[in-house]
Amino acid sequence: MADDTVPTDIAIRLANVTKTFDGASGAAVDNLSLDIESGTIMALLGPSGCGKTTTLRMINRLTEPTAGTIEINGVDVMSQSAQELRRGIGYVIQQVGLFPHRTIASNIATVPTMLGWEKSRSAARVQELTTLVGLDHELLDRYPDELSGGQQQRVGVARALAADPPVLLMDEPFGAVDPIVRGRLQDELLALQTKVSKTIVLVTHDVDEALRVADRIALMNVGGVIEQLATPDELLRAPANDFVKSFVGENRGLRRLALNTVSALRFHQGPVVNLDATSDDVERAIATEGTDWIGITIDGRFAGWTKVDDARAARANGTALADVQRFDPIAQIEPSSTLRAAMELIMSSNSSVAVIDDGGRFGGVVTLEDIRRALSSADIETANGTI
Amino acid sequence: MTPGSLPRAVVAEATNPIIKWEWVVEERDQIWQAVVEHVTLTIMAMALGMIVSSLLAAIALCYRWTMTPITAATSLIYTLPSVALFALLAPVFGNLSRWTAVLPLAGYTVLILVTNIVAGFQAVPPSVRDAADGMGMSRARRVWTVDLPLAVPFIVTGVRIATVSTVGLVTVAAIIGQGGLGRLIFSGLRRAFWTPMTVGASLSIILALALDAFILVIGLWLAPWQRRRTGATP
Repeated sequence: MADDTVPTDIAIRLANVTKTFDGASGAAVDNLSLDIESGTIMALLGPSGCGKTTTLRMINRLTEPTAGTIEINGVDVMSQSAQELRRGIGYVIQQVGLFPHRTIASNIATVPTMLGWEKSRSAARVQELTTLVGLDHELLDRYPDELSGGQQQRVGVARALAADPPVLLMDEPFGAVDPIVRGRLQDELLALQTKVSKTIVLVTHDVDEALRVADRIALMNVGGVIEQLATPDELLRAPANDFVKSFVGENRGLRRLALNTVSALRFHQGPVVNLDATSDDVERAIATEGTDWIGITIDGRFAGWTKVDDARAARANGTALADVQRFDPIAQIEPSSTLRAAMELIMSSNSSVAVIDDGGRFGGVVTLEDIRRALSSADIETANGTI
Repeated sequence: MTPGSLPRAVVAEATNPIIKWEWVVEERDQIWQAVVEHVTLTIMAMALGMIVSSLLAAIALCYRWTMTPITAATSLIYTLPSVALFALLAPVFGNLSRWTAVLPLAGYTVLILVTNIVAGFQAVPPSVRDAADGMGMSRARRVWTVDLPLAVPFIVTGVRIATVSTVGLVTVAAIIGQGGLGRLIFSGLRRAFWTPMTVGASLSIILALALDAFILVIGLWLAPWQRRRTGATP
């Protein structure tokens, strides 16, 4: 259920919202309350018939609530005309719903045209949005039927963003494209969100989509009952009940690997010393980590691995550590990589650690044990959503 | 039997070819007048038919329950034999009134036109309507700028079918003294003089084909998005 404590910046607030359709036996959405923070992506996730689309459509009044109130930035949606309200809310649907008889440029300019923008302003905005959503500018003079599904969906997003609305409603936006394109569009949405910071409500029945793009997920059951409202990581780590467990599915632990990034781990140095380290430093590192290998950094950059035996032999006959043979890091990973990628790399590189390359600088090492420990601890700093 | 006393039919055959060009040249004014009359009747019937059909289609689309009675009534008109209808209306409006011809001709177009207009509006994808509504488009604006343009290809198809069938039916109106090229055909038949019949028949065919092509072109001009379906690559 929605938090009772009021976070400072609520963009959309649903309070005790109920929708009963004419002739239906029960309520499609029953007494639902939900706060959506400004600038975040909220996924309404659930099986078909759970009322998630109804909930979404009540926000822009395509469906009128039977009871309860919905506020956007503190203003009751019923206080203005439905058309006025909708022109201030971006709306993206699964079938995109582009106007087949209008060019792409004209489709994108739909809301600006309705708002009476000057032509030059509209045209400039169309150009800007085309770049923003990663569309080829050559497509602007074409008709929707001449575009692929993925391109059409990008146009749909551009059209929804045209008048720069603070709120974007997306109803199964990537449901009609193939999985590869879907994954790409999801990534693009996240990249876009870092630039536009909209409050996005996204309806989906796809758990993985919700986990991938949402900051918070409202997992709904029939009747618009929120079974759990949580971050993606929380949903996997601590499912509230059996419904959540079964809906989210198997391999929750493994899926968390994909949600969290290396940066969420507590970095540790590992058996790594600087090139100018004293022999005592080297021995201390070897002793604490108990490894046969020692990593060498030069000016904060990781320079390679050296065998402990070689290092000791070198010291014995007075050779400098710099002259000892070094082996390139086999497994190297960035802080923004997922734990899953780190694990994959470690497993496939015949190594027990991955070196973190933090923009060229040595950032520490990751071991399988680090990953295991991170997932089992409840206080993992979830990196997902910090986009 | 002497060579000078050939049966009359044989004489007629010999002097009565399928087309006698001297007659065509001599009577070109009359032929042109028939063409003009034929086109005028067709356009008047189509215009009247479009007005009535648009109203009926609007009613059918706004109030779904009216669709069945409207279809039933227009189907009933369509089943009436044209000769009978012309004959029945002649005493009402008088033989010489254009309306005696135009009214039944328009009546026959209504079933085709209403069906196509309604189908055109119903073929607008629900997602397109949903998107339009969701972006805050008013209903009137949506009907004029989204629904209607998208229905145009269907409406144009209906107009083409109705026009071609009207061009054909106009010839029948010759029985009440109207009928453009129909009068040439009937007079040729009556006099067993083939030339007017050939001219009337072929011109009415040409007219039907020409009007059909003309409307087709107008339709493509009205719906440019339909021309460029290249089949996008995913």
